[in-house]
Amino acid sequence: MNDNPCPDVQLELYRRQVEVRVFEKRAYDLFLRNLVKGTSHLSLGQEAIAAGFGTAMRRDDYTFATYRGHAHTLVRGAPMAAVMAELLGRDSGLMGGKGGSMHLTSVEHGVMGSYAIVGAHLPIAVGAAWSAQYRGSGQAAVCFFGDGATNIGAFHEALNLAAVWRLPVVFVCENNLYMEYTPIASVTAVPRPAADRAAGYGLDPLVVDGNDVEAVYGVARAALERARTGGGPSLVEALTYRHGGHSRADPGKYRPAREVEEWLARDPVSGYRERLLRRGIPAKILDDIDTEVRAAVDAATDAAEAAPPPAPERLLSQVWTDGGSSWRN
Amino acid sequence: MAQLTYRDAVRRGIAQEMRRDERVVLIGEDVAAAGGVFKTTPGLLEEFGPRRVLDAPISEQAILGAAMGAAMTGLRPIAEIMFSDFLAVCWDMVANEIAKTRYMTDGQVSLPLVIRTANGGGLRFGGQHSQSVENWAMAVPGLKVVLPATPADLIGLLAAAVRDPDPVLVLEPKALYPVRGEVPDGELLDTLGRARVLRTGGDATLVAVGAMVPRAVTAAERMAEQGVGCTVVDLRSLVPLDVRTLLDAVAGTGRLFTVEENPRLCGWGAEIASIVAEEAFPALRGPIVRITTPHIPLPSADTLEDLARPSVSRITDTVLKALG
Repeated sequence: MNDNPCPDVQLELYRRQVEVRVFEKRAYDLFLRNLVKGTSHLSLGQEAIAAGFGTAMRRDDYTFATYRGHAHTLVRGAPMAAVMAELLGRDSGLMGGKGGSMHLTSVEHGVMGSYAIVGAHLPIAVGAAWSAQYRGSGQAAVCFFGDGATNIGAFHEALNLAAVWRLPVVFVCENNLYMEYTPIASVTAVPRPAADRAAGYGLDPLVVDGNDVEAVYGVARAALERARTGGGPSLVEALTYRHGGHSRADPGKYRPAREVEEWLARDPVSGYRERLLRRGIPAKILDDIDTEVRAAVDAATDAAEAAPPPAPERLLSQVWTDGGSSWRN
Repeated sequence: MAQLTYRDAVRRGIAQEMRRDERVVLIGEDVAAAGGVFKTTPGLLEEFGPRRVLDAPISEQAILGAAMGAAMTGLRPIAEIMFSDFLAVCWDMVANEIAKTRYMTDGQVSLPLVIRTANGGGLRFGGQHSQSVENWAMAVPGLKVVLPATPADLIGLLAAAVRDPDPVLVLEPKALYPVRGEVPDGELLDTLGRARVLRTGGDATLVAVGAMVPRAVTAAERMAEQGVGCTVVDLRSLVPLDVRTLLDAVAGTGRLFTVEENPRLCGWGAEIASIVAEEAFPALRGPIVRITTPHIPLPSADTLEDLARPSVSRITDTVLKALG
C-alpha cells in the first residue's frame, strides 16, 4: 500500500519548500547589502512545516504566524514581490512598509498577521476559530509559534480556552531547540515543550518530524479534519532546526558544531528532493521548479528594489477605519 | 422616560445592541450565568443564549485575544474585563495587538470590538481594584477611550462603541453603578468624541470625566450659591477628544480646572492643559489648575480613600482659592 500523497501534492510540497528556501536566502543576501533594515528572522531549515501546513489548508483557513513568518505568509500564496518589498520598506510592500519583516499580513490570502510579541497570537487565533465556529463557516485557524512560546502565559490561556470551547484551531509548535539564544531544554520543565503540556488541556501529545514535509502534511490534514468536524483543537510539536541564528544579529555560535552538522544533514528541502528522485520523479521536473522559483524570486527582488519608498502620506494613515489618525476635532 | 441605575443601563445597552446585530457577542468572567460581579449583565444569557453570552476562564489575555481574533473575522465582540486594574494583565493585547494591528497592516485588519471595564475607586477595594486607568489607555495610539458618566450616556455611547469600526475601551465608573438617572425610551445611539456642557458660568471652567462629573457639578452648584459661576464640561470621551467644546468653554471663563480621578502624573488633564496652553493662551486669565488623586496607589480604608480622590469640598476649595 502506498501512503504517499498524490504526485501533484508531492510537487506542491516540494515547490513551496523551494520557494521559502530561495526567498529566505535572498532575504539574507539583501540584509548583507543593507537593503533590509531592522531585524529579520529566517525560516531556513524550517521550511517543511510551513509548506506542509500551507498545502493542507483550505483557501479560506486562517494563518497566524510569528515574527519568523516569511515562510507562513508565502505558502498561503501572498505575492512574493509585495513580501519582498515589505522587507525592503517600500511603497509596494504588503503593508505599505508599515509592518516590516516581523508583521507580514495578507488577509486576502488568509494570513491574519505575524505577531512579534511571543505567544500573543495564540489567543487571537482562538478568537478567529471561535468566530468560524460561531458563523458555522467550516474554517480552521492554524497558529504557528516557536518552542519559546510554550513558557509564556498566553500559550496556556489559549490552549485551555480552545479546548473548553472545542474550537477549530491547530496550534503548531516549531521546536527548533532554542528559544532565541538559549537551549529550550535548559529553561523548560519537560522534555517536549509543547507535546508534554498537551495532557494539561485534555489533548493528545502529537510530535512530528518537522523536517519531513510529508509527515507534516499528514499531521496537518488530520488536525484540520478534526477541527472541521467538531473535534476541537490540536497541539502539534514539529521538531526542526534553524540553519542560521535566531535573527539577523545572531550568528548562532552557542550551538555545538556537531549538532549543527547533524541537522544540516537532515535538510528538509534537499532531503525531499532526494526522496522524490528515488520515487522516480524525473529530475527535470524538479529542476524546472527550481528554475521557476529562482526566476520568481529574482523578479520579486528586482521589483522591490525598483519600488519607491512609502509615500509620506502613509505615515498618518490607517490608524482608524476612516483611513486617518485624528484623535481630536 | 425611565429611571435606571447605571448598572441596569449597562445591561440595557448591551441587550439593545445584541438584539439589533447577530454579530454582537459578550465574553467575560462571570458575565453569563452569574450576571456579572457588579450585576451589570443579568438576564443576557437567558435572552441570547450560551452561544452569544459566554463565561470565560480567568484568562484576561485569552478574553481580549479571543475578542480580537473574532473581530478581525466578522464578529463584533464586547469583552468585559472585570476590573480595569486587570487590564495590566492583558496590556499586551490592548496596547500591542488590538490598538496597533490596523496601522501595522496598513488597514487590512479592522477591529470592531468593545472592551468594557469597571474603573475607578470609591468602593474601598484597595490598590488593585480601584485604579483609574484612563491615562494609561489614552496614551496608546489606535484605541478610543470613552467614559460615560450617566445611565443614558452609557447606553448611547456603548451603542456607538459597538457600532464603531475601531476598538473602543469603555470605562464604567464603578462608583456610579448604583446611581440612577433619566433614560429616554427606545433605542439610544450617541456619538463618540462629543463633550457635553452641563452648566454654564462665567468665572471658571471645570472639566471632568466619569465619576468626577457629578462631583464637579455638585461643586459648581455650591460655588454658585456663593456667587461664583462655573461652566462644567463632561468630556465623555478622551479619544476622540472634543477640543472645540473645551476651547469654547475656556474662552467663556478664562480659567480652567481639570477634575481627574487618575493619579497625578500624565493624567488626562495634563494633555488638556497642554492643548489649552498652546491654543487658548490669550483667553486665560490665570493658571490652569489640575485637581487629581495624589500620585499614590489608592488606599483601602474609607477615610484615606476619600482623602485621595477629588471630593466636592476639595474641588470647591481649590477653585475658590485659585480664583481668589
